[in-house]
Amino acid sequence: MAISPPEQRIWWNEPIGRNEVLWIGIGLIWCIIMFFMMPYWHLEGQQNPPTEGYRISSDDYATKAEAAAAEYTVGTWGETDVPVVSPPPGSDIYMIARLWEWWPVFELQKGETYRLHLASLDWLHGFSLQPVNLNLQIHPGYEMVATITPTETGEFGIVCNEFCGIGHHLMLGKMIVVEK
Amino acid sequence: MANDTQFRTCPDTGLKIHLPAEKLIKTNAVVAVVFLLVGGLFGLSVALTRWPAVHFLPADWFYLALTAHGLDVLLVWIIFFEMAILYFASAILLGCRLAAPKLAWVGFWLMLVGAVMTNVVVLMGESSVMFTSYVPMQADPLFYLGIILFAVGALLCCCCFFGTLVIAKNEKTYEGSVPLVTFGAITAAIIAVFTIASGAIILIPTLMWSVGLVSYIDPLMYKVVWWAMGHSSQQINVSAHVAVWYLIAAVIFGAKPLSEKVSRTAFLLYILFLQLGSVHHLLVEPGLSSEYKIFNTSYAMYLAVLASMIHGLTVPGSIEAAQREKGFNKGLFEWLRKAPWGNPAFSGMFLSLVMFGFLGGITGVILGTEQINLIMHNTLYVPGHFHGTVVAGTTLAFMAVTYLLVPLIFRKEILFPKMAQWQPYVFAIGVTGLSVFMMGAGTLGVPRRHWDITFTDAAMSFDFPGAAYLMLGLNGVSAVVASLGGAMFIIVVVGSLLFGKTKGEAAPAPAAEAPPTTAAAQYGSAAHLEVPGTFALAMVFLVSFVLYYFVNWKYLAETWGLS
Repeated sequence: MAISPPEQRIWWNEPIGRNEVLWIGIGLIWCIIMFFMMPYWHLEGQQNPPTEGYRISSDDYATKAEAAAAEYTVGTWGETDVPVVSPPPGSDIYMIARLWEWWPVFELQKGETYRLHLASLDWLHGFSLQPVNLNLQIHPGYEMVATITPTETGEFGIVCNEFCGIGHHLMLGKMIVVEK
Repeated sequence: MANDTQFRTCPDTGLKIHLPAEKLIKTNAVVAVVFLLVGGLFGLSVALTRWPAVHFLPADWFYLALTAHGLDVLLVWIIFFEMAILYFASAILLGCRLAAPKLAWVGFWLMLVGAVMTNVVVLMGESSVMFTSYVPMQADPLFYLGIILFAVGALLCCCCFFGTLVIAKNEKTYEGSVPLVTFGAITAAIIAVFTIASGAIILIPTLMWSVGLVSYIDPLMYKVVWWAMGHSSQQINVSAHVAVWYLIAAVIFGAKPLSEKVSRTAFLLYILFLQLGSVHHLLVEPGLSSEYKIFNTSYAMYLAVLASMIHGLTVPGSIEAAQREKGFNKGLFEWLRKAPWGNPAFSGMFLSLVMFGFLGGITGVILGTEQINLIMHNTLYVPGHFHGTVVAGTTLAFMAVTYLLVPLIFRKEILFPKMAQWQPYVFAIGVTGLSVFMMGAGTLGVPRRHWDITFTDAAMSFDFPGAAYLMLGLNGVSAVVASLGGAMFIIVVVGSLLFGKTKGEAAPAPAAEAPPTTAAAQYGSAAHLEVPGTFALAMVFLVSFVLYYFVNWKYLAETWGLS
């Protein structure tokens, strides 16, 4: 029994049943397939977690992001004072995460690629683009660069999905995607 | 040497029981159940708040309850119970005296003081930082201190466990190798030491930061090291509950491992690879390379997943072999149909095994795939997954083994046997709902740890689809059912302990199970039983796994380009 010592002291020489050998073989093959799916997707897939990242101070990032937004601001969002920024395709765009907002609102073009920079100015935040359901973790002191290509038009929400204090559920941003 | 007055012989099983060890097992198990009750109530209030029609707690209380829920059930309930299992798997199964019981008591009190301290600080409201307490968000220094004390206490208990193994070996209380269940407990204890060390490395500096002695804790480093504790602590649970599965199969069926070699190698794979996986929580972070992520997230080519798949075959396989030996040989599944489904120890254990595989295991691998994590990270899918592992897997297995411990260790007959009979099913149905509906909501993008997905008070607006609200409602209903199952467990256990009939210390009856010398099946190819029924079930599992895995790649392929 499993609660008493093995009956035969030399248990490691006992033969293994056919079912067990077969299952271990099948399991091992499946594990190897799952393992190689990840490098394969880096070569062939279109969706991979960003690996480009830099250390940066919050002040420097805020200065950089505000300057970039000012250049292409086309208005403000609804009744808020959050600017709507329409950057040229292919450019670097800078989003700030802070208690409790995503700043600014970007207007992007469908099918174009942007280098989306993301950093927090205070605590950890979770960038969750909805209903696309793309999720990235945003740290203070680290600038992440995600190359992003919208494939559908519309108005998208940016929810915060990392707990960031009592106003966490108020932290909501927007992204707009228009036809070229 | 211990003198014989410190031992009694169990009239049911013939096990030689060291009384100081027995007392420690009792106390740890009782405290564990108390924290299960407290943590469970916090959990229920969280689920009721997520239920849109109820929205039970205000925001500050919601985040407070969620912090307390995570700490009390994920850490306190499970680790206290695991300490009881460690003492049982060493002193009781090896028929040996426990090493340094006084040290074990020091460990117990440190754990209790730490757990209470952290709970009090959280309830005071200034430490609603979640179980993960990511910096730079800061909790009260006593929050970190409480967890550190708890961890140090657990470390002392692990020392007593290892010491007991040495004593048993020196005093030759058993012959040959330790039992498989003890081997599983050793696996759990080794992982526990790694876990506690990682916790110390990150929480001690964080404590110093919270009192102003350290100026800066890097948030990314914090997450990397914290999860070496946070994720590994869940691997203690996996090792411990797999050991419990083997234990229950042995006690109820007299089941023997199909192959000692295979089962022990699978535990060895846990020791070697299961402590990886901390990067499961960091797959979409800035600043980590893909090579590191892929190696770590796959436990070095999924070798730990392979180990779990092996246990998934060998545990029910050992039951099938034992049942077939008793003559339940008709067709593929007579052995399973004729199993004692009315015995909560068996039904709880088997439900735990099936649900851990299907709900917790498959989804965990998918969630931990580097790219697929992009469409799941920090959504409600994550708690959906780990309620499948920790609640359906670990908690249900621990409940099941309690039905064996109450008569064996507490010498009490189970009060309300009918309620006990139904309890695992009620709990399992509730937890299945919890897990499935949270994962469903997560697939629709609903964030975890979020008080209000209607964004009523936010400056901007966003509407989740109606299906997401439906999922959260069903999640609330499931939580009520699971809580009912939990309450039934506590009523049965506490009732039995307080008012149950004490079992007579009658003359040692012949052991209910065949003693090892007349074991059910012999090893070696001649007498070795094949287990076609279990193999068929395993193939069902594999097909579900493969299908669900590729369905998620398809979802990923349809989303926006990102690199």
